[in-house]
Amino acid sequence: MKDIRLMKGNEAFAEGIIRAGCDGYFGYPITPQSEVLEYLSTTNPKERTGMVVLQAESEIASIHMVYGGAAAGKRVVTSSSSPGISLMQEGISFMAGTELPCLLLNVVRGGPGLGTIQPSQSDYFQAVKGGGHGDYKMIVLAPASVQEMYDFAKLGFDLAFKHRIQVMILSDGAIGQMMEKVELDDQMPRLTDAEIVKRYPWATTGKTPDRKRNIITSLDLNPVKQEIINQNLQKKFKHIEETEVRFEKIQCDDAEYLFVAYGSSARICQKAVLLGRAQGIKVGLLRPITLFPFPTEELARLAEQVHGMQVIEMSAGQMVEDVRLAVNGRVPVAHYGRLGGIIPAPDEVLHVLEQNFITSKTEKKYEPAAY
Amino acid sequence: MTEEIIIAGFGGQGVLSMGKILAYSGMMQDKEVSWFPSYGPEMRGGTANVTVIISDERISSPILNKFDTAIILNQQSMDKFENSVKPGGVLIYDPNGIVRHPERTDINIYSIDAADEAAKLGLAKVFNMLVLGAFLKLKPLIEPEYIHKGLEKSLPVRRHNMIPENEKAIALGMELVMPRHLLN
Repeated sequence: MKDIRLMKGNEAFAEGIIRAGCDGYFGYPITPQSEVLEYLSTTNPKERTGMVVLQAESEIASIHMVYGGAAAGKRVVTSSSSPGISLMQEGISFMAGTELPCLLLNVVRGGPGLGTIQPSQSDYFQAVKGGGHGDYKMIVLAPASVQEMYDFAKLGFDLAFKHRIQVMILSDGAIGQMMEKVELDDQMPRLTDAEIVKRYPWATTGKTPDRKRNIITSLDLNPVKQEIINQNLQKKFKHIEETEVRFEKIQCDDAEYLFVAYGSSARICQKAVLLGRAQGIKVGLLRPITLFPFPTEELARLAEQVHGMQVIEMSAGQMVEDVRLAVNGRVPVAHYGRLGGIIPAPDEVLHVLEQNFITSKTEKKYEPAAY
Repeated sequence: MTEEIIIAGFGGQGVLSMGKILAYSGMMQDKEVSWFPSYGPEMRGGTANVTVIISDERISSPILNKFDTAIILNQQSMDKFENSVKPGGVLIYDPNGIVRHPERTDINIYSIDAADEAAKLGLAKVFNMLVLGAFLKLKPLIEPEYIHKGLEKSLPVRRHNMIPENEKAIALGMELVMPRHLLN
């Protein structure tokens, strides 16, 4: 029988990492993601799989514990919310420089600073453009449901180890706090030490007579070598852009207008699409699932089809820049955002789309019809 | 069928847990459900609210500003949510502590003296189940057997001895609910 439960997004993520064979979680509580550590503390992962769960003394400690675990080839995770993720940026940059796989969860709250504990999407730039120093990218997954909070734990590990890259799940307070049905998979076993040695020859698993010592470092003072390191990183990011783009299209086939939104904003737009369709407006939704790599080609294709794109974000306009780059002037792109923890409503975003595109289109209808 | 519900009142009245029991019960009856709480400053003293959706179809937005049913348990929530009921929708409230009663004429309004009744019974904790009974009387979306399963799922095992008491309160709530203003 299928194991279906009603869970909060944060709990689903915590259960997801356990079942995906996670070796260690290191974290520090912060609203609105404290349920991750809370759930891990009350569901005995140590007894279930031998997974380590540790409340670190700070976010900076958490990320560096992740750094250490990842260097040893372990499946390791930390989670936090916006101010905590800012604290982690140094460690994330070091992991980018050493190409260590790990899974990071940001349950975004409104900023800047301590801001608010309410949901927001204002950390898009930080997640997608590389929040720390240096030329690097992370794979960024944007769940729009509690089921995806669960599913992306396993997907995140898979992608992280496939590409030796940091994977960030960019969620928000709404997805983290709400409860929906979740279908759970069977428990995956954790890798044994022998399996790690075999699968990850780069990991610091102890020197053996048949190979050189593994050293994990991001430091190379020789600029010629450092340039090659950077070029190889860029090659990897390009490969990821070519192979790992994920998105969902809702009612796009005959769409004349398009919402572009991710995460909880995409759920709101999904309802707005239903409301719009009921009024006879041919509106669809493109939901990027990966924010890096971004569905640039798909948006370029849709730009040939629709009359306008309405980006909805709980930010002052961040993802909209990537939509405009993708569309490259072929079609008007408008942005609408609510800030500081306010969540827009479905009829509100539909109204904005109508105001921006349809009112003028309706006027055009009065012009003599084409032949 | 899709029923979009807001439950709003003081923290401690059992608003969130009422929503949780409703969501669990819906899930047990094989419905799609979502439960979206206010977890912000409200929760830290003052008002609390939760949006619950029960549907036969995949739920689009768990976050809404218009509802089929509003269950309102204090004055602040009345001020905030009376106008969020869809025309033709249902508003259920407990008049205890209400100084400004709902005034809309385009919705069906019901009341239940749940706080008084719970005090009379000496069981403050079943207050929210009386209110849930009122809702289920007006919107019989979920069969009693699934409410029972929902209670089993949402209450910790050590509290399962309370289930019969809760079910009795739900049945009593069904009897106590009174129409205040009905559409023709």
